[in-house]
Amino acid sequence: MNTYGFHTVHGRGPAVATGVKLANPKLSVWEVQGDGDALAIGGNHFIHALRRNIDINILLFNNEIYGLTKGQYSPTSQMGKVTKSTPFGAVERPFHAAELVMGAQGTYYARTIDTNPKLMTEIFVKAAKHVGTSMVEILQNCVIFNDKTHGAITARENRDDFQLHIEHGKPMLFGKDKNKGIKLNGLKLEVVTVGENGITEKDILVHDAHTEDPTLHLMLARLTPPKFPMILGVIREVKAKAYYQMMEEEFEMSKTRAKYHTMDELLHGGETWEVK
Amino acid sequence: MSDAISTVKKKAEEVEKVVVRFAGDSGDGMQLTGSQFSFTSAMFGNDLATFPDFPAEIRAPLGTVEGVSGFQVQIGKIDIYTPGDQADVLVAMNPAALKSNLGHAKKGGNIIVDLDAFDKRNIEKAGFSANPLEDHTLDDYNVVQAPISSLTKTALESIELDNKSIMRSKNMFALGMMYWLFDRPLTDTVRYLEAKFKKTPALIEANKKALYAGFHYAETVEALPSFYKVPPASIEKGKYRHVSGNVATAWGLMAASEKSGKRLFYGSYPITPASDILHELSKHKNFGVITLQAEDEIAAICSAIGASYAGQIGCTASSGPGLALKGEALGLAIMSELPLVIVDVQRGGPSTGLPTKTEQADLNIAIYGRNSEAPAIVIAASTPSNCFEFAYMAVKLSIEHMTPVILLTDGYLANGSEPWKIPNMSSMPDIVIPNPPNLNGSGFLPYVRDKEKLSRYWAIPGTIGLEHRIGGLEKQEETGNVSYDPLNHENMVRVRAEKVERVANYIPELEIIGEGVGKLLVVGWGGTYGGLFTSVKELQQSGRKVDLAHFNYINPLPKNTKDVFSKYEKVLVCELNMGQLASHLRSKFPGVKIESYTKIQGQPFTVTELKEQFLEQLKNNYEHNGRDQEEIYKTGLYQRSIGSVVSGLRRLLHPVGNAKCITPNGCCQRGCGVCIRNRLCCTIPVLHEYLWLPYRTWKRPGCSYRS
Repeated sequence: MNTYGFHTVHGRGPAVATGVKLANPKLSVWEVQGDGDALAIGGNHFIHALRRNIDINILLFNNEIYGLTKGQYSPTSQMGKVTKSTPFGAVERPFHAAELVMGAQGTYYARTIDTNPKLMTEIFVKAAKHVGTSMVEILQNCVIFNDKTHGAITARENRDDFQLHIEHGKPMLFGKDKNKGIKLNGLKLEVVTVGENGITEKDILVHDAHTEDPTLHLMLARLTPPKFPMILGVIREVKAKAYYQMMEEEFEMSKTRAKYHTMDELLHGGETWEVK
Repeated sequence: MSDAISTVKKKAEEVEKVVVRFAGDSGDGMQLTGSQFSFTSAMFGNDLATFPDFPAEIRAPLGTVEGVSGFQVQIGKIDIYTPGDQADVLVAMNPAALKSNLGHAKKGGNIIVDLDAFDKRNIEKAGFSANPLEDHTLDDYNVVQAPISSLTKTALESIELDNKSIMRSKNMFALGMMYWLFDRPLTDTVRYLEAKFKKTPALIEANKKALYAGFHYAETVEALPSFYKVPPASIEKGKYRHVSGNVATAWGLMAASEKSGKRLFYGSYPITPASDILHELSKHKNFGVITLQAEDEIAAICSAIGASYAGQIGCTASSGPGLALKGEALGLAIMSELPLVIVDVQRGGPSTGLPTKTEQADLNIAIYGRNSEAPAIVIAASTPSNCFEFAYMAVKLSIEHMTPVILLTDGYLANGSEPWKIPNMSSMPDIVIPNPPNLNGSGFLPYVRDKEKLSRYWAIPGTIGLEHRIGGLEKQEETGNVSYDPLNHENMVRVRAEKVERVANYIPELEIIGEGVGKLLVVGWGGTYGGLFTSVKELQQSGRKVDLAHFNYINPLPKNTKDVFSKYEKVLVCELNMGQLASHLRSKFPGVKIESYTKIQGQPFTVTELKEQFLEQLKNNYEHNGRDQEEIYKTGLYQRSIGSVVSGLRRLLHPVGNAKCITPNGCCQRGCGVCIRNRLCCTIPVLHEYLWLPYRTWKRPGCSYRS
């Protein structure tokens, strides 16, 4: 594949991509970030690209470490994490990317893991089709500085019990025998087994990615092993106008209202006088 | 209501030019009053220049000196280039306005005050120990004590409006008085009021009544025995309009967009005094202008870079603090060799500094303020109206040379306004888009360059066949692939610098106002043009040998700069900072004697102080006898005087204490007064100079003193 690419500055990708998209809305714009990039130095651009619903696709590769600068903790590193800059363990609470997405009223959030190209492709295609800013979090391993950081989810022996691939309109079932599921109990989610304690498939939560209310999306996105499986797939996909669409509507509206249509008209319009 | 015409016979006093200053609480509407007066005068045919001087606070406490907002305008039958030094007429709406503006009033001039505002509380709040109308504070002025508030109230009795709205009309009363004083028609302002308050007829009525009441009141005032006549100026024929620097900047960018057929993308974060550019551009979406109010200064420039990459004109503006934040991204635009226009509307600094005051102290950051070797084109507008021309040129140069352009304006230009002969778009120069050449089947290489300009080509994403990658990592020449090759890096650094240097082949030469040779060349740049031009012209008219060269193109410098400088005995660089252009010029032309005259008060130069300085400099050039010995000792060695030789020898003989060299230029960059060699190097040129010997051949390495 040959395409256009712009390697910008650490953290500033969403801002540059915003300019690209607004200057030429016909382009399909993809923006690749890391956890420190998107959530630390570029945190501001990241949340605003989501809030504005610029129609760009953000791929957030989250390996919970600064790899390129050789191994410091990142804003997604777990508390207590020992790194070069935290020899006694990190004392900061980590960001959950999904919480920022929901907090910024993002319209699309999906999560995948680096070793599942099939799921990744599926999610990317959906992200491309989504109108508005799509944020895909990719749980990535860093073999050098943070090996097996997502091991609790990605390891072969853990896959069935700690990954739940959700799809819109389908019940949230997982496990080797697809008999474990997520149930909403009051204001809390819990893991139940179909066939045990009178639980039937009807009790299992059915995923609604299209609901505007982010509450349940947020609850799902926050689930982590060992008590829960990690939710993978498209967690949120909500319809809303993209920034460029509203911008183009403004252009059309302003054309009908405008008094001046060329620079000469503008410069010579308004209060002027003739010196003879 | 028909137009008011003065019926009382009073004397008319014809003047060539006159300065008026309106001052009041920030809520008193002084900016509106001032701009209406300016507009009416412009319509009348005067040339003029304005200067709004307002506080940074949204609404400082009523009646305090901090909350005073001022507006100064100079009108004339002659060409006017500055808002004037001191006001012939000062309108002060309260004691605080009088207190903070008295320094701006000319001795012997008129001061009109709102008598009603001078109560005990306001007088105290303003910081006067006694009522200034009753003691001797105003002995040097002709004071008109007009009960503006109460007269406005009486005039508006019949109108059903709340008291607050009625009191807000008092600025129109004051304006009416000024219209009488300057024999101006009221029609333009009446038309303005009718349009502005279209939806509330009561306000039109109130403001009009106050305006007429003021006009008729003024002709009855004994303290105003005569009125001014400022006949129309003989200015170039044509169609004119009023324009402020910020609006002109916005329109210049739009004009370049229309001419080039590229959309204008303007990413910006609100900052005083640049925000008005955003306000203006966001009105004109039908021109295809895209405005993005970004989340911060960094996003503002980054989104503009993205837009440039996508093939439109990326543009951003800010003031000093914002430019500081944009530095990193500016490097990206320089590295990726994309067009980008950054407007810096300079204000007083550092840090938040003086947000509403003017300064020229961002020159260094514009020329040098980035990591590594990151040259950008730097240009500066010099009048409110030529912000249009230079904004247009910024876009043109940026596109044609594929590199960022920093356009420097300042608070004085941005908010100041003047009549502007409206240009036609057909007269604006073409903008040539550097489209990639025909590939003839071979692949597109992003860093192949134009042979003359050294600029690369602009391949627009989405075009089939021109796919390429660029970015902030060092690029291999031609292919644009990431390269860590040492020699390639050196080559690319030099090519990027050379590319900017070659812009000198495409910009106009430095113009000289004057004879082109002589004792003293005054040099300025940017917004100080009006003051410098007026001062130099006035001195020239009185027979003094002083010329002016004013820079609009700063990096690169015009090609003839050194030639121009070499024709003068002394070059004096005047700027509103600590001598930034002077330092830059010294480093570019080490053999030229460049001196510096500076002011850092958040205010523009006055013509009076400039003329005094130039006369002093002319004197220094050939008069040395009779100068105070102590003064020579203090002010240094650069004088051709026996005194400086004495002081130079003194330095030579006393290795400690006063031995530190204090020539205006600083004698030697390594610091003097440390080693005898340095003192020698200071002293010997003086001896030579005194004896008129050609000392230029004598030079110690590392010494910059007139070497």
